[in-house]
Amino acid sequence: MELNSFAQQLVQQLINGVSLGSIYSLIALGYTMVYGIIRLINFAHGDIYMLGAYVGFFCTSILGLSFFPALLAAMAVAAVTGIVIERLAYRPLRHAPKIAVLITAIGVSLLLEYGGILAVTPQPRTFPAVFPARIYTFGGIVVNSQQIVILAVALALMVLLTYIVQRTKIGRAMRAVSYDTDAARLMGINVDQVISFTFGIGSGLAAAAGVLVGIYYNSIDPLMGIMPGLKAFVAAVLGGIGIIPGAMLGGVIMGVVEALVSGFISSTFRDAAAFAILIAILLFKPSGLLGKNIREKV
Amino acid sequence: MLKVDTVNVYYGGIHAIKDVSLMVREGEIVTLIGANGAGKSTILRTISGLLNPKTGSVEFEGARLTGVPAQDIVKKGISQVPEGRRIFANLTVLENLELGAYIRSDAKEIREDIQKIYGRFPRLAERRAQLAGTLSGGEQQMLAMGRALMSRPKLLLLDEPSMGLAPLLVKEIFAIIREINAGGTTILLVEQNANMALSIAHQAYVLETGRITLAGTARELADSESVRKAYLGG
Repeated sequence: MELNSFAQQLVQQLINGVSLGSIYSLIALGYTMVYGIIRLINFAHGDIYMLGAYVGFFCTSILGLSFFPALLAAMAVAAVTGIVIERLAYRPLRHAPKIAVLITAIGVSLLLEYGGILAVTPQPRTFPAVFPARIYTFGGIVVNSQQIVILAVALALMVLLTYIVQRTKIGRAMRAVSYDTDAARLMGINVDQVISFTFGIGSGLAAAAGVLVGIYYNSIDPLMGIMPGLKAFVAAVLGGIGIIPGAMLGGVIMGVVEALVSGFISSTFRDAAAFAILIAILLFKPSGLLGKNIREKV
Repeated sequence: MLKVDTVNVYYGGIHAIKDVSLMVREGEIVTLIGANGAGKSTILRTISGLLNPKTGSVEFEGARLTGVPAQDIVKKGISQVPEGRRIFANLTVLENLELGAYIRSDAKEIREDIQKIYGRFPRLAERRAQLAGTLSGGEQQMLAMGRALMSRPKLLLLDEPSMGLAPLLVKEIFAIIREINAGGTTILLVEQNANMALSIAHQAYVLETGRITLAGTARELADSESVRKAYLGG
């Protein structure tokens, strides 16, 4: 059956949007988890995603690893980096005013971006094709194998994350620390350990997103984390910062909106649409789509 | 068992606790009574390691607690039911109890202890899968106590368990405190409800603006003229 061209275009953009959006979701999860636990917008998070893309790149191109080992290696390296950053840059500021930590996060972000330029040159690199790119056509709708892989990997990671947070002891500890840090301490929970773990997981997810984007767009560079980082941040705010399903939902919405704007209006307005969403959500529902309007605890 | 020795605690620039010394012997219920803002909770927070004293020391079973991180103090056998219960409202009743056993890894015995808590507080058993935030005040107090017991403490610190509860519930909670003590757990009880506290305690201290002004057996204090006037309504 042949769809008419508008509907066809719409479905096509929805598919593109969901696969792009699942990448935003993966990055947004790190923002939202770190915010949930230490109330910090970790602006260096987008650069962890870049780091992940590079680790994936070197693993596949130089070490000749295949996709899954490269993905795991990128996640592991990023997780360790995230933990080290928290330990060195944020933990000493645990009792400092929030603005000091925020500025430090921006500093770390710049360090990673320009340290990256120094280490790997600003030259964009071409990600090797780790999969044979197959293209499937269903009634005029085009889906390529990369989109399927992106979606499958992103979904698997989100299911795994949900399992960890909802069903494991460390997940319970994360939720407890996020809700009430002092009460968590009284349970014997080592809050610093839980924070490290949260940074590790969040960074790992961002790195996975980096590898997936490398495969999808074929091109990576040291500043690639800035824009997706900001958009994932918007996604986290959109879903309700600190709320894990919110980040997943926010990411997908961001991806779909971007794809629709690119497809039906013009890709010039793609980024503008993302930030228009931020402004709109801050004006009309600052707690986010899944957030409850609660007053800040004193 | 617990020895607090000339402890001074500051909150920012405020001298909240002044030269406080107190003792809790094994098996006793010791109560610390005093008005709102006298510093009772501050003392419990200091014992639990959430606050550090500027000078003085806290000793538990002969070992110094001062400077030990809060999570390790739980492992030494001190558990606190904090003021305002501080249950994890976004977790279920069962998850709250499981978090109480966070320092333990004996899964089978943890499950048995949860059943014991359900036996002691049947209301919690009925609501085990509910989010803790949906419980009533009395049920939240029971959950907070159950959660604290899950670490199998030797010393249980209770901060204002009667706060905000109807008189009948207060009676019930105090009966449970007595039972817990009879089961071998030593208790340090902070209360504004001096009447109830003195009725179940062995030893008592009166705290006024950060200083201990009276100490003695609960009976002595209940009979003391000044305590009757200030805390027991004549």
